[in-house]
Amino acid sequence: MEFISIFDVLGPNMVGPSSSHTAGACSIALMARKMLGEPAARAEFVLYGSFARTYKGHGTDRALLAGVMGCSTDDVRIPRAYELAKEQNLTWRFSCNETETEVHPNTVDIDLTGITGKTVSMRGESVGGGKIRIARINGIDVDFSGECNTLIVVHKDRIGMAAHITSCLSQAEINIAFMRLFRESKGDKAYSIVEFDGKLPEHTKEKILLEQDVEHVMLIQIREG
Amino acid sequence: MDFKNAAELLSICETNRIPVSEAMKNRERLLTEVTDQELTSRMNRVLEIMKQAVNEPLENPRPSMGGLIGGEARLVNRRRKEGNSLCGSLVSGAIAYAMAVLEVNSSMGLIVAAPTAGSSGVVPGVLLSLKDAHGFSDEELLPPLYNASAIGYLAMRNATVAGAVGGCQAEVGVASAMAASAAVELMGGSPRQCLESASTALMNLLGLVCDPVGGLVEYPCQNRNAIGAANALTAAELALSGVRQLIPFDEMLGAMYNAGRRLPPEYRETALGGCAAAPSACAAAGKCHLHS
Repeated sequence: MEFISIFDVLGPNMVGPSSSHTAGACSIALMARKMLGEPAARAEFVLYGSFARTYKGHGTDRALLAGVMGCSTDDVRIPRAYELAKEQNLTWRFSCNETETEVHPNTVDIDLTGITGKTVSMRGESVGGGKIRIARINGIDVDFSGECNTLIVVHKDRIGMAAHITSCLSQAEINIAFMRLFRESKGDKAYSIVEFDGKLPEHTKEKILLEQDVEHVMLIQIREG
Repeated sequence: MDFKNAAELLSICETNRIPVSEAMKNRERLLTEVTDQELTSRMNRVLEIMKQAVNEPLENPRPSMGGLIGGEARLVNRRRKEGNSLCGSLVSGAIAYAMAVLEVNSSMGLIVAAPTAGSSGVVPGVLLSLKDAHGFSDEELLPPLYNASAIGYLAMRNATVAGAVGGCQAEVGVASAMAASAAVELMGGSPRQCLESASTALMNLLGLVCDPVGGLVEYPCQNRNAIGAANALTAAELALSGVRQLIPFDEMLGAMYNAGRRLPPEYRETALGGCAAAPSACAAAGKCHLHS
């Protein structure tokens, strides 16, 4: 069972009013920003279920926008997210999808375009108490919480890729907490998602990228140190 | 040592002659790589946010996003400061502070979910009013906060703290149990008394529905936080007086969880029943619920 920390009970430290609709939304958007790896120039949000119906009264829109700009759940700038976005030349669009109901009640799709043109598309779910689940990246179904430091490696689905990644990590003395592989179809594009303890050195990321069948590496460092 | 229910927690406390707070800290140290220094610094931050949230609306109240609340904490605190409080300064302080935190929360201010945002006023309300009354230092408030987190952890692990799953009894009910137990430890009670007070606090709010008007975390949430705080002090008073609680906390948690899961959906945060369906509340909110 999942570990419940003291600060899961007395926490998150957050801007109100709702841990699922405000704090969770902010955390999902912050994950998208970290995956993008650069400031966003354009953000599009599609809200589903309860998010779509109640987002205004819960500040979900402002929390999402603030998260995309790098704010954490306890950042007091969240209420001013619209002004902040204008200052940073970030353009945005919110829309609601109330026809698709086969999704978690608090679901959002986020499409980001970065200042150099990089893009990332992500689906996140706010699963209660501020906790989140990332359910889709660039159209591929995945499943991780983002509670640990996370490495996302996009690569060709072929023999030896997992060994390559774990070997790079073990050389950096990184302890793997959780690892899963998701793929479109056999031999096609795959996503290896590794949650780990400690801090990943920058050169390890480069080393993973040296393998020609690795397309892209995204590093989401939650805790420094 | 890890513990998965209140019986194990109590046994750890009694065997090692340690308070609930110490058992919870030991568990965190055992299962994570956190240092004492990190623990203290994170808990100090929690306390700092709580103090700010309790005080801000007493000076500068702000209207909530939905416009249903704002300024109530100042009214209660003003009467208290004038020496007219019906309940006495400790209880009226706990009430006013708990309500203040909900005002901060509903106007997109900074709070600590304890265990949720909708019930975030109860624990700081009780502890900070006790601090006023007895002159406790910030440092002396840290053990009760660890104590409260132990109770909340048991509820998260073995039941629920989500209004959408178990109604308000799971949010304010659990927050009240956390605050009661914390108050008992702060006032020198034993671990057994802590768990008895938690059980009593939860018992007294058993069956409480979650019926937010307009689907917003405002009304009746703010009033419910006030009653959660007063209820916690009542439960703590009983336990400290030596009044025995018949039902252990584990069983009370089970009773709460069972009652919660049997609540019709109208009473689980859908804004379709209870206060949320009352005509006057609907009129104030502008519309009956957000599911139109």
